[in-house]
Amino acid sequence: MTFRIVVLAKQVPDPETPPSQFKIDESTNSVFPPNGVPPVVNGFDLNAVEAALQLRDAGADVEITVLSAGSEFVMDAMKKPLAMGADRLVLIEDSSLGNIDSSGTVKILAAAIEKDGPYDLILGGRQASDWDQAHVTLGLAEVMGLPLVSLVQKLELNSDSVALQRVIPDGYQVIEAPIPVVLTVTNELGEPRYPNLRGIMQASRKKPEIFTLADLGFSSGDLAPKLELKKLYVPESNRQVELIEGEDEPDSGKQLALRLREEKLI
Amino acid sequence: MTSILLVAERDGQGEISQSTLQAVAAAKSLSDSQVTVAIEGDAVKSGASLAVEKIVTLSPTDSGDAGIYDKATYDITSLISLINPDLVLFNKSDFGSVVGARLAFRSDYAFAADCIEISSTVTGLSVTRPVYGGSALAEFEIASTPAIVTLRAGAYETGTDTGSPIIEAFNSDGSVVGQGATTTDTVAEARDGVRLEDANFVVSGGRGLGGPEPFSLLNELADILGGAVGASRAACDAGWIDHSYQVGLTGKSVNPDVYIAVGISGASQHMSGCSSSRAIVAINKDGDSNIFKEARFGVVGDWEKVLPSFLATVRDLKA
Ligand SMILES: Cc1cc2nc3c(=O)[nH]c(=O)nc-3n(C[C@H](O)[C@H](O)[C@H](O)COP(=O)(O)OP(=O)(O)OC[C@H]3O[C@@H](n4cnc5c(N)ncnc54)[C@H](O)[C@@H]3O)c2cc1C
Repeated sequence: MTFRIVVLAKQVPDPETPPSQFKIDESTNSVFPPNGVPPVVNGFDLNAVEAALQLRDAGADVEITVLSAGSEFVMDAMKKPLAMGADRLVLIEDSSLGNIDSSGTVKILAAAIEKDGPYDLILGGRQASDWDQAHVTLGLAEVMGLPLVSLVQKLELNSDSVALQRVIPDGYQVIEAPIPVVLTVTNELGEPRYPNLRGIMQASRKKPEIFTLADLGFSSGDLAPKLELKKLYVPESNRQVELIEGEDEPDSGKQLALRLREEKLI
Repeated sequence: MTSILLVAERDGQGEISQSTLQAVAAAKSLSDSQVTVAIEGDAVKSGASLAVEKIVTLSPTDSGDAGIYDKATYDITSLISLINPDLVLFNKSDFGSVVGARLAFRSDYAFAADCIEISSTVTGLSVTRPVYGGSALAEFEIASTPAIVTLRAGAYETGTDTGSPIIEAFNSDGSVVGQGATTTDTVAEARDGVRLEDANFVVSGGRGLGGPEPFSLLNELADILGGAVGASRAACDAGWIDHSYQVGLTGKSVNPDVYIAVGISGASQHMSGCSSSRAIVAINKDGDSNIFKEARFGVVGDWEKVLPSFLATVRDLKA
């Protein structure tokens, strides 16, 4: 029987955007799309896609669906998981999704998963690189009443359970979880694979399946945010670096040590 | 009045952790605060003089629930219904991040993770949290109660106030709390020397080191100065050093007197883990790299030429 996996993926501004290009529009409390730097799929979500693909590589018969809620999707970015080897892309696209908070996102994703499911495994990245809250996938498990294991670095399928390793500060825990289960995946799992040419060709032929809020039985009034964003700004830094310049590089190293001693720092 | 439930954590010795003491200070800074502390296991010595109104002890969790936190999520959810706080405060630790998020979404409460500031407003609470990896700060107003908040370590200084809290045991009804995941083993690396999180001196290496070997130089330096070695995520992802050495937003937070970054560009996500260091020192060959915007001292140069003489001089100074 096919094992159905859904991977949650979010489109985010590229976190590698140079700091000089990171600008905030304070009139709308939002980040200006950086010039010429296209958005990407959140990096940890690609680790989750990789986790699903590794189950397939290990011989399991899996169907991998990528699910995303958002607005202004850029297909070149969102199709990357398909190019890596995922089977389907389901998008919940609605312009009002820019104004909801994660309590709303969780409800929408849960409804979409119930409509499109049932799934055996629900995977998400450990956190999104825009709001860094690390809680949507955790919240989803609660709203759906499913078991949850976060920070997974390794997973193996058994017939009706999964064997997991969960990262902790100085090592890992070994965890056994029933199916269905919700997991967040961390980068310790390993780098997401690069799409190959065949994957890119296949992805280009696939069309995303689109759900609207109405399809899922919501109107935007149902999703009032609990947190109201009052202000978004770049913190001022007034640090001034003192550059140590010796006669040559080795001398600079020596002078640096002497300077730190002078400051009683070492 | 602001009624606060603060979920405490213990340090390695079983005492109330520094981060929890910082959270107490954060709670006390809110207007007319009444603080109840919840702690797993027996009340501790340091609790008896904690500057709070009440301490509630919860029965301890068994090892099968480690990292899953079904029981804590259940117990604290029950405790919230009992005492109806305006704010539930956790540390942004592994425990706080999971339990805070789970119980917030279980009961449809507002949740704000990794906050660095909390204040009272006329209508509720205001919180500030770093976003976009620390490139920006976001200030939110939360009107619904209770608000579930996790607090970043180091955001507040521990206070000096003392108190004499009432201590009570909370017995949860013990009904089904688990959802079926079980921890069967914990594999932790025992490491000699100072813990990275506690070190007064940290030297971290990044992608610029080019491979695993140079970390032996960093180790030597850390040994001489009684400190610890850290790394950027790029160095960990490359497999040059274990991920448990990673400093940053998704790694460890350090606050040494001196933090030396070697071959690290200073991405905001890395700086999130070390920006509270007293002095950041950068060795990087690219004078335009972001690390020099954060550092107090720096050398623009190749570490292969700068670091050996730095190490030799430090060794002489310490001899
Ligand atoms: C959501 C999210 C969370 C993240 N969490 C973390 C985290 O917790 N910790 C973390 O570190 N990163 C984290 N990152 C990654 C972060 O954004 C950066 O990609 C990473 O920190 C870069 O590591 P680096 O500085 O070692 O590498 P690079 O950015 O590649 O920098 C290497 C530096 O080495 C210098 N260099 C090269 N050769 C030499 C030489 N011979 N001598 C001297 N200098 C040299 C270069 O000039 C360059 O500045 C996260 C990213 C995201 C999106």
